[in-house]
Amino acid sequence: MRVSLFITCYNDTLFPETGKAVVKVLERLGHTVDFPAGQTCCGQMHWNTGYQEEALPLLPRFLKQFKDSEVIVSPSTSCVAMMKDHYPIMAERMKDPKITAEVAAILPKVWEFSQFLTQKLGLEDVGAYYPHRVTYHASCHGLRSMKLGDGPQRLLRAVRGIDLVEIENLEQCCGFGGTFAIKNAEVSSAMLAEKVRGVLNTRAEVVTGCDNSCLMHIGGALHRQRTGVRPVHLAEILAGEE
Amino acid sequence: MSGAGLDPRTAPKFQVAARALVGDSQMRKNVRHATKVIQTKRARVVAEMPDWEELREAGKEIRQHTMRHLDFYLEQFERNCTAAGGHVHWARNAEEARQIVVGLVKASGADGKSPSEVIKIKSMTTEEIQLNKALEAAGIHAHETDLAELIIQLGHDQPSHIVVPALHKNRAQIREIFQREMHLPGSDFSNLGGTPQDLADAARRFLREKFLRVKTAVSGANFLVAETGGVCIVESEGNGRMCLTLPETLISVAGIDKVVPRFQDLEVMLQLLPRSATGERMNPYNSIWTGVDKTAAGDGPRTFHVVLMDNARTEILADKEARQTLHCIRCGACLNSCPVYQQTGGHAYGSVYAGPIGAILTPQLMEMHHAQSLPYASSLCGACYEVCPVKINIPEVLIHLRNRVVKQQSAGLNLLVNPEVMALKAVAMVFRSEGVFRASQKLGRLAELPLSRKDGQGVGWIEWMPGMLGGWSQVRDLRVMPKQTFRQWFEQREKARAKKAASDGN
Repeated sequence: MRVSLFITCYNDTLFPETGKAVVKVLERLGHTVDFPAGQTCCGQMHWNTGYQEEALPLLPRFLKQFKDSEVIVSPSTSCVAMMKDHYPIMAERMKDPKITAEVAAILPKVWEFSQFLTQKLGLEDVGAYYPHRVTYHASCHGLRSMKLGDGPQRLLRAVRGIDLVEIENLEQCCGFGGTFAIKNAEVSSAMLAEKVRGVLNTRAEVVTGCDNSCLMHIGGALHRQRTGVRPVHLAEILAGEE
Repeated sequence: MSGAGLDPRTAPKFQVAARALVGDSQMRKNVRHATKVIQTKRARVVAEMPDWEELREAGKEIRQHTMRHLDFYLEQFERNCTAAGGHVHWARNAEEARQIVVGLVKASGADGKSPSEVIKIKSMTTEEIQLNKALEAAGIHAHETDLAELIIQLGHDQPSHIVVPALHKNRAQIREIFQREMHLPGSDFSNLGGTPQDLADAARRFLREKFLRVKTAVSGANFLVAETGGVCIVESEGNGRMCLTLPETLISVAGIDKVVPRFQDLEVMLQLLPRSATGERMNPYNSIWTGVDKTAAGDGPRTFHVVLMDNARTEILADKEARQTLHCIRCGACLNSCPVYQQTGGHAYGSVYAGPIGAILTPQLMEMHHAQSLPYASSLCGACYEVCPVKINIPEVLIHLRNRVVKQQSAGLNLLVNPEVMALKAVAMVFRSEGVFRASQKLGRLAELPLSRKDGQGVGWIEWMPGMLGGWSQVRDLRVMPKQTFRQWFEQREKARAKKAASDGN
């Protein structure tokens, strides 16, 4: 299959290793990966913070960049949730029937990375090896908007060498919430403290998930507290080899 | 908290109030414990329902339908309630509602003398309009008879939860309040024990005297049934049943959003509400009354009033994106499930409506003139939407209200004095061009350079950030940007591949 990668703005800038891992896994499974060069951002930060007019121009941009794609894969649950939940609303707001039609046509082709593996390809074992103690953080968008269920855990369980331990209160938010972590820093920090306690209680070396924004948040506190626990995106675990 | 009332017009911003409350570890412990207990109970009684999702959908559709035809159902309610012997009053806003209630209470006394006391059933609507204060100003003392509201009233406190108003207090604190504040001739509460039984006994003794003496009651309403003109109240303690049956005059204040079309609709609502609110299959007391008993032999109030209050609800109805706010049946499940509420408790919201529903309802009740920080009091985790018995998409409404706030902040010259608006508008321009985006990635790497410090592994980390970003670096580090972006890596790889293909071809 020809997979177009929508890396998303923050993965592109801050987490290139995740993108490299996605490419590695998909190519190992026999697919080809292309990268539409004009892509930038899905618009989530602006839309969710209330800057909806500013987010609108990013929709036609996305449509143009990915118009020839067979499937579109993105390693970010919150960005994919943004597209699935809000692109139809944005299209409606733009009052352009062509955009509405293009959104309706493109959205079924958009997959979050783990979802692409488990649901589109029907895979659990992608041939990975990762000899570490790992706990999985279910990001809210993955859990509630994308309804990923235990898909990511099934992928992880099939990894050779992994010691997967479940975190307490799996369904509880880590407190990131985009600009929430800045605007309501104290409340966000209190939520984060609970999540970090949960991670530490698992005695895992690595906390993983399908969204680097949550992992950056949790990882930021894990580093501040010098815990030695590392945040690693699911794709990077699945890219692991012996 | 003082007894001045939670007023969104004077309350501090959410983040300011929350900052102080997050430091109150006893309160947070109480809130955490109570919300956990209710959540566990709710999960159990919801899981046993094979048709819970269908019920939620039915609840949503009933509320949606009612709101679409609200004028019709309100008039139908008025007709049927009046025909049954009730008196219906219309209040455009809080001030009118207060005046009407005070007037009705004054007129309810025997021999044309105004009573000096009323008994009250827990009602968030009367809290919304700060009715007790208005009654007090008219020389009328309102006795709260709901156990939690009694605790709040005696403790000169404020409600922190729409269903469990004293949720932020634990048993020891309640005992202390009762010992200090309960005064009743012939009873001594100073040696009160601390078991739930002791506290309930004290409240019962203290309240029963009021139930038997006071002849005028004020209540809210859970539902108004248009088809019958009936009012429905559900409760757990029986204090409501006392207030609805013993007094001579009953005055019920209800938001116009409380109406349901048919008696049969209660079948859906009275399944959704108790399971979502208190984790009970059914409320211990379900009272539905219609009009007054004209025969001297019958029970119940001789005079029965309903005050239908708008107070910005029609404004909310006019907003297509936000009108689902009015579907709320005040179960409080969104508060219990909210990780933000769990950290701050209810007082941070500066309104009787706390938690996620408060975050969308309060600013709209203020017609967006106050409480603009509330739509941001959420990480948009969606736990509220998941538990809402009438499927209000609270995160969507929060985002919509944020947009309304941003429009206020960017209007005219406001734009220039607000660094956040400036920054987000600038970043939006960056994303509109790949070239500018690439340049900004480079620029960002330079900008963060002075803040970066290398750790033992030679990786750069930022431990302090300036201005509004400082909240992040209070407890979190941030890794510096890697030297190469993903797109640079990918392009390099493609180039190398093309070169190799070309040389292989030669």
